[in-house]
Amino acid sequence: MAKIKGDIVVNIERCKGCEVCIAACPFMCIAMSEEVNSKGYLFAIKVNDDCTGCSNCALVCPDGVITVYRAKVTVE
Amino acid sequence: MGELRLMKGNEAIAEAAIRAGCDGYFGYPITPQSEVLEYLMAEKPYETTGMVVLQAESEVAAINMLYGGAGTGKMVMTSSSSPGISLMQEGISYMAGTQLPALLVNIVRGGPGLGTIQPSQADYFQSVKGGGHGDYHIIVYAPASVQEMADFVKLGFDAAFKYRTPVMILSDGAIGQMMEKVYLDDPIPRRGDEEVITQCPWASTGRPMTREHNILTSLDLDPAGQERLNLRLQEKYREIEEKEVKFEMLDCEDAEYLLVAFGLSARICQKAMQLARDKGIKVGLFRPITLFPFPKKEIRKIGEKVKGMLVVEMNAGQMIEDVQLSVGCNIPIEHYGRFGGIIPTPDEVVRVLEEKIIGG
Amino acid sequence: MEEKFAHPELRTPENLVYKRTDLLVDCPLSYCPGCGHGVAHRMLMEVLEEKEIASKTIGISPVGCSVLAYDFLNIDMLGAAHGRAPALATAIKRLWPSRYVFTYQGDGDLAAIGTAETIHACNRGENFTIIFINNGIYGMTGGQMAPTTLPGMRSSTSPYGRDTDIMGYPLKITELIAQLPGTYYVTRQSVHTPAAVRKTKKALRKAFDCQDLGKGISFVEIVSNCNSGWKMTPVQSNKWMEENMFPYYPIGDIKVDGELIEKLK
Repeated sequence: MAKIKGDIVVNIERCKGCEVCIAACPFMCIAMSEEVNSKGYLFAIKVNDDCTGCSNCALVCPDGVITVYRAKVTVE
Repeated sequence: MGELRLMKGNEAIAEAAIRAGCDGYFGYPITPQSEVLEYLMAEKPYETTGMVVLQAESEVAAINMLYGGAGTGKMVMTSSSSPGISLMQEGISYMAGTQLPALLVNIVRGGPGLGTIQPSQADYFQSVKGGGHGDYHIIVYAPASVQEMADFVKLGFDAAFKYRTPVMILSDGAIGQMMEKVYLDDPIPRRGDEEVITQCPWASTGRPMTREHNILTSLDLDPAGQERLNLRLQEKYREIEEKEVKFEMLDCEDAEYLLVAFGLSARICQKAMQLARDKGIKVGLFRPITLFPFPKKEIRKIGEKVKGMLVVEMNAGQMIEDVQLSVGCNIPIEHYGRFGGIIPTPDEVVRVLEEKIIGG
Repeated sequence: MEEKFAHPELRTPENLVYKRTDLLVDCPLSYCPGCGHGVAHRMLMEVLEEKEIASKTIGISPVGCSVLAYDFLNIDMLGAAHGRAPALATAIKRLWPSRYVFTYQGDGDLAAIGTAETIHACNRGENFTIIFINNGIYGMTGGQMAPTTLPGMRSSTSPYGRDTDIMGYPLKITELIAQLPGTYYVTRQSVHTPAAVRKTKKALRKAFDCQDLGKGISFVEIVSNCNSGWKMTPVQSNKWMEENMFPYYPIGDIKVDGELIEKLK
């Protein structure tokens, strides 16, 4: 079965931990890290496999730290 | 070639601007200089040379239009009179800090405050000592005739672009309003956009992907950076003082006494000098043409030869401070001024010369 | 945890659906976490990129939080004095009619100290784009009352809330300038949700397209948050904005193709 699968890459050093992406994600794929980056900010991390690559998180990210990939994959 | 015309000083400035290839004029009406904008609107250079002429909503807007235009490398100018120039000071400071070329014309009227619409030279301090906030100077030319009103437009633009600095023509209501014959140079075509881009690689003209983006600002939040900018500015002012001094000396060879005056006062002093010489007083005239840079060395040199100086200004004593600083205190240096729009007469000047300097 | 759900095999150029545009300089933005400026910057640059006009665009940054916008937008820029951006833009567009020109201004800059320049540029029908970020507060100077601060809203200079008897009313400058014949496209948008961001980008695109027509000012207000100034978390501030700012500053087009939208007539 073909399924849309997404992935995000967070530029951890540029993330300011504002959490706006968490509110924007329809699949609750994002949460804040437990450790901090070099600036002392918590940063966004992907916490499940439900991402569809919809780009909502990246669109609302004020610092543009999220890069989004999306592909059709076959799953058994 | 060129052309000889009878014109008002204000009109001569406007016509000279068109002929100098000026790209844009932005101004706001104020007496006694409104003829500059009126002349340009009547001439419609936007239909011939393509020069933009715009009446702004205020002097504040006008100077910031200049800032924008200058930041894109275009040859832009404004004109105003004292209260309007006061309103422009913030913008002039920004342009000095951002190192932008522009021509400013101040047809001075009596102050302070709303003052009067009659001629005055009371904006000397404001023009040559900075005017706005921060450590800066602008180059200041003081014309004494309608001919010089026209000539200093091209001269001013050249200096503005050579040093990337605002330049001011500091005139007054009398020279702005009086008519004299003026020889006008043949028009120089405006530079094309590509020429502007080549001549002004620092300007924000739209970033081709072959270079870094240009940023024009006077802001540097890093104090070390801001100090570096200030040092660069000071270095530039020293170079200007070295190379751009202009002055005129009349009948100074045998002079025992010296009249020192700029602009309209110098015209009056020319007549006073004749009257004094008719009386057997050997007097010469020293006329600074650039007020910044002030002809310090030249006036110091002549100060060694004369017995005293009378500084004649239509103000309460402003340029005299620069004269005193340059010459020192070995000879008497006195001031004679009328203000609030009153123009001194040659007779008054001779009388004061006799009373304060020769008899003093 | 991040590693656990990462899918490096998907990270190929053909699978790429969204990345920060290269027209933003590769440096951290100076804005507070969660501030809408960053999104507004990015949408602006995406529009220039898609319209392929970056090399023909001259931008003007204001005084305020976005004073350093010229450091982030990788195009030729000038930094204006406080409130004067429309005066700069007026001259630049007239002297360089072949260029796209925009100002990027906050509420204090555009609607307080620069009111005259804003209104007169709009009234002359200048042919540039004004991007107006309205967050109802002076962010950079530390949260003082702005011309657009809501009635009752607290700020450092209205610490008991904006008392309209003493401090006057919030200025709906966007509605005001829409009345002028010199404005051609006037809209109010926001950047706090994905849908809102998409609409803002469309509005910015339309605004720059307007410059091709030469029919007057295109004006895009973006109602935005200032979580630092409002003293909330970014997510709370976006919610507060919806509940409090939007009723006063309703989102949507105000004037399109030179015609006021019916409800405002």
